[in-house]
Amino acid sequence: MSFQRKDLLGLGSLTSEEIAFILKAAEPFKEISGREIKKVPALRGKTVVNLFFEPSTRTRTSFELAAKRLSADVVNMSPSSSSVAKGETLLDTARNIESMKADMIVIRHSSAGAAEILARQIRLSVINAGDGWHEHPTQALLDLMTIQEKKGHVRDLRVAIVGDIAHSRVARSNMHALTKMGAKVRVAGPPTMMPPYLHRFGVEVYYHLDEALADVDVIIVLRLQLERQGGSLFPSIREYARLYGLTAARVKRAARDVLIMHPGPVNRGIEIAHDVADSEDAVILDQVSNGVAVRMGLMYLLAQRRES
Amino acid sequence: MENDRKTLITGGHVVDPGRWNGMADVLIEGRTIVAVKPNLRTTIHAPTLSRTINATGLIVCPGFVDVHVHFREPGFEYKESIATGSAAAVAGGFTSVCCMPNTQPVNDSRSVTEFILAQAAAARKARVFPIGAITRGSHGQELAEIGELYDAGCVAVSDDGLPVMNSQVMRRAMEYASAFHLPIVDHCEDCHLSHGGSMNEGVVSTQLGIPGIPNAAEEIMVARNIALAELTGARLHVPHVSTSGSVRMIREAKFREVPVTAEACPHHFSLTEEAVRSFHTHAKMNPPLRTDEDVQAVKGGLHDHTIDIVATDHAPHAPQEKQLEFDAAPFGIIGLETALPLTLNLVEEGILTLEQAIAKLTSAPAHAFRLPHGTLAPGADADVTLFDPAATWVVDPAQFHSLSRNTPFNGWTMKGLVVTTLVGGQEVYHATPARRDP
Repeated sequence: MSFQRKDLLGLGSLTSEEIAFILKAAEPFKEISGREIKKVPALRGKTVVNLFFEPSTRTRTSFELAAKRLSADVVNMSPSSSSVAKGETLLDTARNIESMKADMIVIRHSSAGAAEILARQIRLSVINAGDGWHEHPTQALLDLMTIQEKKGHVRDLRVAIVGDIAHSRVARSNMHALTKMGAKVRVAGPPTMMPPYLHRFGVEVYYHLDEALADVDVIIVLRLQLERQGGSLFPSIREYARLYGLTAARVKRAARDVLIMHPGPVNRGIEIAHDVADSEDAVILDQVSNGVAVRMGLMYLLAQRRES
Repeated sequence: MENDRKTLITGGHVVDPGRWNGMADVLIEGRTIVAVKPNLRTTIHAPTLSRTINATGLIVCPGFVDVHVHFREPGFEYKESIATGSAAAVAGGFTSVCCMPNTQPVNDSRSVTEFILAQAAAARKARVFPIGAITRGSHGQELAEIGELYDAGCVAVSDDGLPVMNSQVMRRAMEYASAFHLPIVDHCEDCHLSHGGSMNEGVVSTQLGIPGIPNAAEEIMVARNIALAELTGARLHVPHVSTSGSVRMIREAKFREVPVTAEACPHHFSLTEEAVRSFHTHAKMNPPLRTDEDVQAVKGGLHDHTIDIVATDHAPHAPQEKQLEFDAAPFGIIGLETALPLTLNLVEEGILTLEQAIAKLTSAPAHAFRLPHGTLAPGADADVTLFDPAATWVVDPAQFHSLSRNTPFNGWTMKGLVVTTLVGGQEVYHATPARRDP
């Protein structure tokens, strides 16, 4: 088994073997970030371009640290500082980067499919760092790594994903990842935040959080996009917090050693109570640490493929 | 005298819907059909003929009529001009096309209508019948000067692409247009419900994370328009029917003799939402590609004549526009040069007879839009299409006569090839040998 793809665009198109392979390859990179000198020469002489069309601090930083700890040169581009504002197309921007002999593009874009459209038309490796509501594969990989680390396995675990499933790329990637790895996945949120045909993902849909949390081993709480208030998705932040906010009382419904996860940034007191976010059960910061390791492992695999 | 030129189309299988279906010769004098009869050749003194067209192995039928094209001129000539659009039309066998008013400026005035007609006359290819706007600027607020548009030559009114959301405005438009017997063509879409959507709302949109457009967005407006047509007695034409619910409501309306006609586009009976996977923007159009259940319903509607017409919604866009991200790319695909073989597929599938398929491309649209075409009756303009029903060819967008290349059928093997197209007795298209023998 190996990973021979040029790009990582999403987990929907990956096999469970490929996902397991990436996680295994990423494992040794955890240790590097704990060293005095946090650097290995794996990507020395390579150039990684972070092409972020949407504002992002944590994901971009995580990719940047991952690339730098592999000794790659890293360039950050964002629309405000590039020619995109002048009307250049995504494809032209990418082709320019390709002409400057970069080796890898990490792209974050508000349009679903942006990474895939790009990957089809350029030779560079493309890593999807989030495309619209479609996928955010490295987030799901780091979530898997965290679950595996804490629970020893993913198969047969009961996992609840709570929040706005319809507008969440984290939810989509996690539904693919967790079901492929054998977990039993529930999603919970108001019906307005549930896209149709979710059962095709192999997940169970719940509209009442208390029911969804019964005996679960893992709870993944999604960030509520506050700017969506005032649409017709939910009446108020107050009501959302009351019905779907993860409180200590609700956590009691879950299994005793439940893991509580959140992709960040956290809206404390809205989708997750302050004390729950800081509780023993919460592994939110472990997720962040594992994010760097997973991205290092992934970049290492993609760079290796290009050399062979 | 050119007007006395006699042309005989001989040896072909003539399909003139409702009038003739079998071997016959077609005699044309000048611009006009004179006779359609078997063995005319034997009764005509050969030296009087200025031209004989050998149609052995070919279907000879009225030139096709497309009630739904976008020719982009004036305003967006980089996508398509009236000249390139009408060249694409005749290459696809279409001799009459009705062009939608969403140009820049919008065709809401006599001067724009006259400009379109002048450009079409200069192109000397297909007949072009302008469709005028329902509302000034297609803003959906005040009625356009529909009486003047009618006088200038418009054959229908529509704010195509922009539904008339205000039901009172639509009611008044229907009432007003009925004085001129003009069909009202309303793009049926509840814009609040479809807001932000780029594809069908369903399994695929959920998987791809692309905002969806539910069937109900179309059906709500089909229902409203049927109700208004009933209220006003106006002639309603429903373009590009894409959902099973729309088919059901139109069927029921026709049963009650509400004056409604409907069209389906080849892409809506040839493709499903599955074509959107991989984010290919050539599968992005509005209304969107739906599910297999909807495709079957549209076919059922064509079969029982709930859907009278096949129209293309030929919507050219430039490569740089379709190369954008899926949500940023414009809606629409071109269709004039692939419509015939895709419609003939319905004959192969047993959904339509050959004569019915041809009727949906000729007599039915001509009747619905009150055009004196789509027939080979003696005295009619000699608009004739000859096609080889057995010839196969592979779609290569580079070969299209359209200025644009935005087709989802690139690389498809098609069966049914337009060989010769006549407009007013003049040959305006003849397939190159390379096209005929790939």
